[in-house]
Amino acid sequence: MSILVRIPTPLRSLTGGADEVFASGSTVAEIVDDLETKHPGLRERLLDAKGVRRFINLYVGEEDIRFLDGLRTAVKDGDQISIVPAVAGGA
Amino acid sequence: MPTTYSDLMVDVRKRTTQLPLEELKQRLDQGDKFHLLDVREKDEVRAGCIPGAISIPRGFLEIQVEQRLPDKNAPIVVYCAGGIRSALAAATLADLGYTCVETANPGFVRWKELGFPIETPPNLTQAQRERYSRHLLLPEVGEAGQAMLLKSRVLLLGAGGLGSPASLYLAAAGVGTLGIVDADTVDTSNLQRQILHTTSRVGMPKVVSAAKTLKDLNPDVHVIEYPERLTSKNADRLFGDYDVVVDGTDNFPTRYLVNDASVFLGKPVVHGSIFRFDGQVTTFVPEKAAAKMGIAAGPCYRCLYPEPPPPHLAPSCQEAGVLGILCGIVGTLQATEAIKLLLKKGNSLVGRLITYDSLNMKFRELRLRRDPSCPACGVHPTLTGYIDYEGFCAAG
Repeated sequence: MSILVRIPTPLRSLTGGADEVFASGSTVAEIVDDLETKHPGLRERLLDAKGVRRFINLYVGEEDIRFLDGLRTAVKDGDQISIVPAVAGGA
Repeated sequence: MPTTYSDLMVDVRKRTTQLPLEELKQRLDQGDKFHLLDVREKDEVRAGCIPGAISIPRGFLEIQVEQRLPDKNAPIVVYCAGGIRSALAAATLADLGYTCVETANPGFVRWKELGFPIETPPNLTQAQRERYSRHLLLPEVGEAGQAMLLKSRVLLLGAGGLGSPASLYLAAAGVGTLGIVDADTVDTSNLQRQILHTTSRVGMPKVVSAAKTLKDLNPDVHVIEYPERLTSKNADRLFGDYDVVVDGTDNFPTRYLVNDASVFLGKPVVHGSIFRFDGQVTTFVPEKAAAKMGIAAGPCYRCLYPEPPPPHLAPSCQEAGVLGILCGIVGTLQATEAIKLLLKKGNSLVGRLITYDSLNMKFRELRLRRDPSCPACGVHPTLTGYIDYEGFCAAG
């Protein structure tokens, strides 16, 4: 299953500058594994030992996976995943 | 066809239903649902009107009524000073297809004599009516809304990239008091995006420069300068007097401080943040603030991001760069949210995060939910005081 993943600006150094990449898997965890294979280093930026890092949110469509099934959230063809990190700039 | 004024009035009286003032008062007291339409001139309305009335001077009735009262079957009671203009207006409404119109008999003069409740709409000066005329034409703002704005107090955190466009539009809109918190001085490298400031003011404290610009734009606005950095020590004092906080700060420690103060003190925060070509905007209305504002509470910043990133994973603000114009887009979205909160109009961004990608010109919307395990506003909050996080890019 091919899922579109939106890569935020701070992580694009790991995707060769691409703002959207495709990954396969039937759950968010599998997608992250596939992303790591294709773009080594990405998983560490998204996850820590406890799961998704607390300053990053992963969305399937419009919904935060913390309010779905977390990393076990199922994804299907046509779903889009957004990685949304905390951003602090304002000046 | 009537040929004289007397004939006309006889005809109009026949075609319209009269409503005694006592009965009108009873309906208002009972909370009956109907539109109360005041067709007197604006200066008469300004001297006092029946509470809840919509004002359309009779001369504008045909032009404006279908826009203001689109449901032609909704019950309408029209009044004027003595009952003549309202009867004529009621006949006009019937001609326009309104099916349920009554005219109050006699009218406002008698209503006042009877000691029935009246309200005096806010009195804007002639200069203010001219300045805000495009707001006054909007039914969602009008004189009452403009007066609310003039009485409102907004605290802007940062007179930089986001604070510049936000404060300019809030000042232009006539928000009566703008507090500006910023400890920095104007630097040449700010001018690519911080449109409050000018080349001739390089080296000047940003709050001083901001106050100059804003007062020159709109002398109605009282600008309060806070040449200091928001800290755990001054958060309570700075937030205390304000209705809405616009967060345009530039670092994670302050963002979390803003959030925790907003939760503790019950202040709505309009959040904007920027990074290179990307922006995020949302509105946080924590429970205490929602209770005061009479709206539903939403998530807080910690529901979204429970903890700040460690410094080595947080991109440094100065190194990252930012498209100057991005600040304009995000800051004006923040100003829009602030104005809507102050006017209590429209749908705010509570529970929604707008992400803006200027390179691809895409706005996206993500749902934000309250996290029951949130350390600040969850079911069992663990946060009891302010936390001073250290070690981020502190300089803007």
